[in-house]
Amino acid sequence: FTKRKLDDATLEELEDLLIQADLGVKTAAKLTANLARERFDKEVTSEEVRQAFADDIAEILTPVALPLAIDPALKPHVVLVVGVNGTGKTTTIGKLAKQFRDQKKKVVLAAGDTFRAAAVEQLKIWGERTGCPVIAGPENCDAASLAFDALKQAKADGADVLLIDTAGRLHNKAALMDELKKVIRVIAKMDPAAPHSTVLVLDATTGQNAHAQVETFRSMVNVTGLVMTKLDGTARGGVVVALADAFGLPVHAVGVGEGADDLRPFDANAFARNLMGLE
Amino acid sequence: MFDGLTGKLGDVFERLKRRGALSESDVQAAMREVRVALLEADVALPVVKDFIAQATERAIGKEVLRSVTPGQMVVKIVHDTLVEMLGSEPEPVDLNAPAPVPILMVGLQGSGKTTTTGKLARRLTQRDKKKVLMASLDVYRPAAQEQLRILGEQTGVATLPVVKGEQPVSIAKRAMTVGRLQGYDVVMLDTAGRLHIDEALMAEVAAIRETVDPHEVLLVVDAMTGQDAVNVARTFKERVGVTGIVMTRVDGDARGGAALSMRGVTGCPIKLMGVGEKMDALEDFHPQRIAGRILGM
Ligand SMILES: Nc1nc2c(ncn2[C@@H]2O[C@H](COP(=O)(O)OP(=O)(O)OP(=O)(O)O)[C@@H](O)[C@H]2O)c(=O)[nH]1
Ligand SMILES: Nc1nc2c(ncn2[C@@H]2O[C@H](COP(=O)(O)OP(=O)(O)OP(=O)(O)O)[C@@H](O)[C@H]2O)c(=O)[nH]1
Ligand SMILES: [K+]
Ligand SMILES: [Mg+2]
Ligand SMILES: [Mg+2]
Repeated sequence: FTKRKLDDATLEELEDLLIQADLGVKTAAKLTANLARERFDKEVTSEEVRQAFADDIAEILTPVALPLAIDPALKPHVVLVVGVNGTGKTTTIGKLAKQFRDQKKKVVLAAGDTFRAAAVEQLKIWGERTGCPVIAGPENCDAASLAFDALKQAKADGADVLLIDTAGRLHNKAALMDELKKVIRVIAKMDPAAPHSTVLVLDATTGQNAHAQVETFRSMVNVTGLVMTKLDGTARGGVVVALADAFGLPVHAVGVGEGADDLRPFDANAFARNLMGLE
Repeated sequence: MFDGLTGKLGDVFERLKRRGALSESDVQAAMREVRVALLEADVALPVVKDFIAQATERAIGKEVLRSVTPGQMVVKIVHDTLVEMLGSEPEPVDLNAPAPVPILMVGLQGSGKTTTTGKLARRLTQRDKKKVLMASLDVYRPAAQEQLRILGEQTGVATLPVVKGEQPVSIAKRAMTVGRLQGYDVVMLDTAGRLHIDEALMAEVAAIRETVDPHEVLLVVDAMTGQDAVNVARTFKERVGVTGIVMTRVDGDARGGAALSMRGVTGCPIKLMGVGEKMDALEDFHPQRIAGRILGM
């Protein structure tokens, strides 16, 4: 590698790289300024600079790289899965179910998306694939009462985990967000601490709107952690760096495909290196 | 989050206190704010650079009208350039071909293809009095074919009966045959979501395209898409010959810069917008509205 002085032109190129990975203008500028302070005018290779960036980013991400821990005492640990339309909620539930089943846990799925065409059938297929019972109601039934029934059933069965699917909803739609609050209110009648985890599913192809998604879902339904899907594409999901900085919410896992096994722990170092185009 | 470009540019010119014609340095100072605004709206960086170059060229030397401030003047130039780049003339879905007219829906996973297929079929049926057949070529996503069947039931649009185990290219062929034999005007083909870098699935959709020679290939994209929009649009255009773009989830609060990114790299018109989950939530593309949104105005 050829060394060259870290000058303004090089810094701008690097800042562009961060912007193109969806880190956002502010975060990209902040990281670039940090680097400039440390190394400006020093002889560095492009590889070294990228590595330095990756290290800075990994430092931000390491504290949030926390798996979804299931409390064995809860029976069931209730996980509510939420997010805007099409991010991968139902698929992520299927993948989580597979992981928990592999750990010999007893898992029940609740088909809480009572709105979208064939959402229930979709979850039922995931139930079959992973060997988990799926609690579903009649067409267009109330999502909150379905969740309540599912919790009752999961308790009766002595399940370790109850994964509740919900309909995709845009965070700026107050009525839909109220519906989600109602789901939480109703299940809390049976178990005041439930849901024990509320996981927001984000799509890695999403740009800066992810901020608004996290902000709103967090304030309305007390999100406890994130899953980022579709990282098998070319989108790098850099917005998660700014999110970690701003909210510090755990990132439980990342989705890297459509299959049952395509869920990985969130690895701060690997993620940061991938952002910087380092293999 | 964003105070509006007009305000920010107002500040820039306040500092400059210039009058008369827009000088090069005035414009460049203003364009730095425009650049940030576009990036915050998720316009992809290469497209931002092109756009800034164009708008800068237009703005330098322009006489500032007495009735406006230099800031407002630049905003107007930027806005007009943006509307132009987004496509000032509406381009409807084109059905000017021998029946049955095949329309192929493509895009990334979860972008809204199946829902948009239902919406467009409903519109063509109810508004344009066309006889439409929908077929799902998605043999991968759990219950995808069932999803389209239900949407057909909800909208009163016919769907091709599902034959278990049949593969996408054969389904497409059968849909066209049924379309021909049963006198349909339009055959809408919904495909599985796929990544633009998934070689096998991109080859599959290319084969579908070869088989049916679609009159329209609509790339369905989420309005929330970030910088990756350019990679997606470019690859789909190269591999399947996109003829138009549909932007979904415009009912959200995303600034929608992906519209400019995709239009910029493909030159394809944005034909429709999805503005909700219900089957009537489909609108023609409004460049003015999206331009205002991208600029945060
Ligand atoms: N490539 C890829 N595709 C994914 C991933 N996760 C989910 N998908 C796909 O994304 C699409 C949408 O996934 P769903 O699980 O239905 O999303 P959802 O959030 O439940 O959608 P709604 O319920 O309609 O809001 C499907 O085609 C999934 O197969 C992932 O990690 N990578
Ligand atoms: N709010 C809103 N939701 C939409 C819009 N278009 C689609 N959706 C929702 O987005 C989610 C995904 O839509 P689908 O039509 O299943 O997406 P798809 O592209 O067919 O997904 P795959 O087949 O898995 O790739 C569903 O929850 C839809 O209801 C829209 O314009 N606005
Ligand atoms: K999406
Ligand atoms: Mg779902
Ligand atoms: Mg679909």
